[in-house]
Amino acid sequence: MSGPSTYNPKSGLERWIDARLPLPRLLHDTVHTFPTPRNLNIWYTFGGILAFCLGVQIVTGITLAMHYVANANLAFNSVETIMRDVNYGWLIRYIHANGASMFFLAVYIHMFRGLYYGSYKAPRELLWIIGVLIYLLMMATAFFGYVLPWGQMSFWGATVITNLFSAIPVVGSHIATWLWGDFAVGDATLNRFFSLHYLLPFIIAGVVVLHIWALHVPGNNNPLGIDVKSPQDTVPFHPYYTVKDAFYLVLFVILFAAFVFYSPDFFGNPDNYQPANPLVTPPEIVPEWYLLPFYAMLRSIPSKLLGVLVMGGAIVTLVFIPWLDTSRVRSCRFRPLMKQFFWGLVVCCVLLGYCGAQSVDAVKFGIPMVWVARIASIYYFAFFWLIMPIIGLIETPKKLPASIAQSVLGDKAAAPAE
Amino acid sequence: MRLTNLSLGIALGLLTSVSAFAAEGVSTKRLHPKAAEFEFEGPFGTYDRGALQRGYQVYKEVCAACHAANLLSFRNLAEPGGPGFTEAQARALATAAKIPAEPNDKGETTDDKGTPLMRSATLADRFPSPYPNENAARASNSGALPPDLSLIVKAREGEAHYVYSILTGFHEKAPAGFKVTEGKYFNPYFEGWNITMPPPLTENGVTYSDGTKATIDQQAHDVVTFLAWAAEPKMEERKRMGFGVMVFLIVLAGLLFAAYRKVWKDAH
Amino acid sequence: MAATTSDAGTRRDFLYVAAGSVGAVGAAAAVWPFIDQMNPSTGALALGSTEIDLTAIQPGQQIVYKWRGQPLFVRRRTPAEIESAKAVDVNSLPDPLARNANLPDTALANDADRATKPEWLIVKGVCTHLGCTPTVSTPQIPEGEYGGWLCHCHGSEYDTSGRIRKGPAPENLAVPPYTFMTDTRVKVG
Repeated sequence: MSGPSTYNPKSGLERWIDARLPLPRLLHDTVHTFPTPRNLNIWYTFGGILAFCLGVQIVTGITLAMHYVANANLAFNSVETIMRDVNYGWLIRYIHANGASMFFLAVYIHMFRGLYYGSYKAPRELLWIIGVLIYLLMMATAFFGYVLPWGQMSFWGATVITNLFSAIPVVGSHIATWLWGDFAVGDATLNRFFSLHYLLPFIIAGVVVLHIWALHVPGNNNPLGIDVKSPQDTVPFHPYYTVKDAFYLVLFVILFAAFVFYSPDFFGNPDNYQPANPLVTPPEIVPEWYLLPFYAMLRSIPSKLLGVLVMGGAIVTLVFIPWLDTSRVRSCRFRPLMKQFFWGLVVCCVLLGYCGAQSVDAVKFGIPMVWVARIASIYYFAFFWLIMPIIGLIETPKKLPASIAQSVLGDKAAAPAE
Repeated sequence: MRLTNLSLGIALGLLTSVSAFAAEGVSTKRLHPKAAEFEFEGPFGTYDRGALQRGYQVYKEVCAACHAANLLSFRNLAEPGGPGFTEAQARALATAAKIPAEPNDKGETTDDKGTPLMRSATLADRFPSPYPNENAARASNSGALPPDLSLIVKAREGEAHYVYSILTGFHEKAPAGFKVTEGKYFNPYFEGWNITMPPPLTENGVTYSDGTKATIDQQAHDVVTFLAWAAEPKMEERKRMGFGVMVFLIVLAGLLFAAYRKVWKDAH
Repeated sequence: MAATTSDAGTRRDFLYVAAGSVGAVGAAAAVWPFIDQMNPSTGALALGSTEIDLTAIQPGQQIVYKWRGQPLFVRRRTPAEIESAKAVDVNSLPDPLARNANLPDTALANDADRATKPEWLIVKGVCTHLGCTPTVSTPQIPEGEYGGWLCHCHGSEYDTSGRIRKGPAPENLAVPPYTFMTDTRVKVG
């Protein structure tokens, strides 16, 4: 909860700085004493993990940029020079490439957490929307970044995605040419993508500050979805959540390290170890795994423009979620019907991701994958535009506990002040 | 009687389907790569130094005639984590190789007959390309471009197993009814089963200086090990560092878990 | 208020200290690659060494090579040039030190300590004043009074041992680290 600061500077130095720039006060109030619900579980540690991922990507990215050359003739070899000759270049490159995948793994868990516990509901609507904006910026950053090594997949992925803009009637092909800076993806495109790839993470960092600020006004949601009613419901962020976040962060880093050191090309595509060739299209053009669900949606619609609109619509839909859900109850723990549909959404997203990796005419177990993608896409939109509004009205939620403290501490909790 | 009929029927069915290969467009999808053992695989795998050195010999004597390996420099042969040649040996290998010379004092790069002027390579130089440009490469190889081998192991699905399967897959007989395209060779591990590269390895095609018998399988194993190193010279360092990092992280996780439980003990 | 009291319990403090220090050690170890990546890469270090074939250089001739991004003078001296270089009293020089990377910093600028094989003088072609490339003096076209080099930027004059004799340059031309691999091949750097 944001309220009056309880900061009391202990040393002369702290007092001196605080009087001139209330940074110690800010840190104290937001990280040290910030009252946080005492029942946050593992799914609430991913915000901190995401901040760590952003930091890692920025640090590794800046050091890579000291050696990378954004020129179509030199880019591929400059990356190989990093891998072979730059001291620890291989390590920094693998951290950056796998870090992107870990970043998206964390953000998807973070987003699904928000959906399950109703963290998007009043008064946190703007917090959710800012989050969608961060997600969009992340996707753009990742897309630009993947082009930079200038491998076959970099080049052709860029070609496919930028060609989507030509689907827009009247101005589409002009926009595509404007994006390329040329008649097709080429050196001009590579250079501007490098510039934007360097820029966007810092914009993400700024929006993350807004995201945390918007969070700190009402304070964290919690797995019960009920408001904090008394100080008994909370604990100070430090040491309770600093130590918990640190522990789960290390577990996350163990998974991260397993990929970096033992399977660094797991998320990658072998075709990207071939230098880009504008005259030879690879047999399958596939984006990185975290963009596959949208890729599947795009390809499931036969019409180019409609496919683009559906894909865009899928992301824009997220913005309206706070108003699409009519339920008074936040957390799916107390929403037995919504819970089932939630898991259906998770399955549908995983299915879409799987479809995105297949070729368009793939048939598995006798079922054409394109139809699986279509049905999954329909479920996706139905979940947000039909199920969310309707279930909220017809569902009978379970009885909510009296307070967080009551739920966590049981009889030991004092009755909350009314 | 019924069994004979059945087996005859199956055989007939197979034959019919097989002979309909080209006509019906039956899949000529490449076979799954062979399962072969490579000592560099696994979390504790390392490159066998002998295999790397023999593999370099195979590359140099067989593959380098058509395939470049532009990302490799002669100094890499003496660097840690690699074939482990001494600096003197690597320098000798470099000096034996000829690369296009820089322009002379008159600014010429070719002699009177138009032949490019060459000089001995030094440790700092990259491996030479067999052809001056892509067009020359295609012209000498029936229009196909022999790919650069520096990253071939990472650039193919199936990685080392794929390359090994291609090299050892030439002896397989084409199924009846499958017509090998004119000027190409049958290799079921290659997509489409028609590969432009002629079988590069022959029994005892290379005489190993360490006396190892140079069977096709041995040569393939060695050159694939060499190419795996060429694609990832830092692999040993990566796995070594990985072990230390994982141990450290597990210890840290243990300590933090204990601290976490301690902090939260009073809260519940 | 469910705040933690600062418990003086030694076990919990030790655990915190242990976890914190292990974490700090890890963080410090993690920082090193990001610092080391700015050091010259193995590619740059490989080019830091140049091998020069001396057979084509005539007596009295200088060849200029590029070494570590800067000019390198390889001069095959005539007996007369060697004589005049040896005849100079070191103590009268503006810079009496050898400035030879192959020798300790305190070595003096005797010609023997400037060129191990007297016939071959190898120095960096970088004027020690402000970095211009000096022009070599030949009998046909003398540059400066000392038969070595003249830097046209501000008039520094060097002798046949590459030592500063006149002008604003404070030091003798630097002798880089080098070794003769054979009589006709030298590795610089």
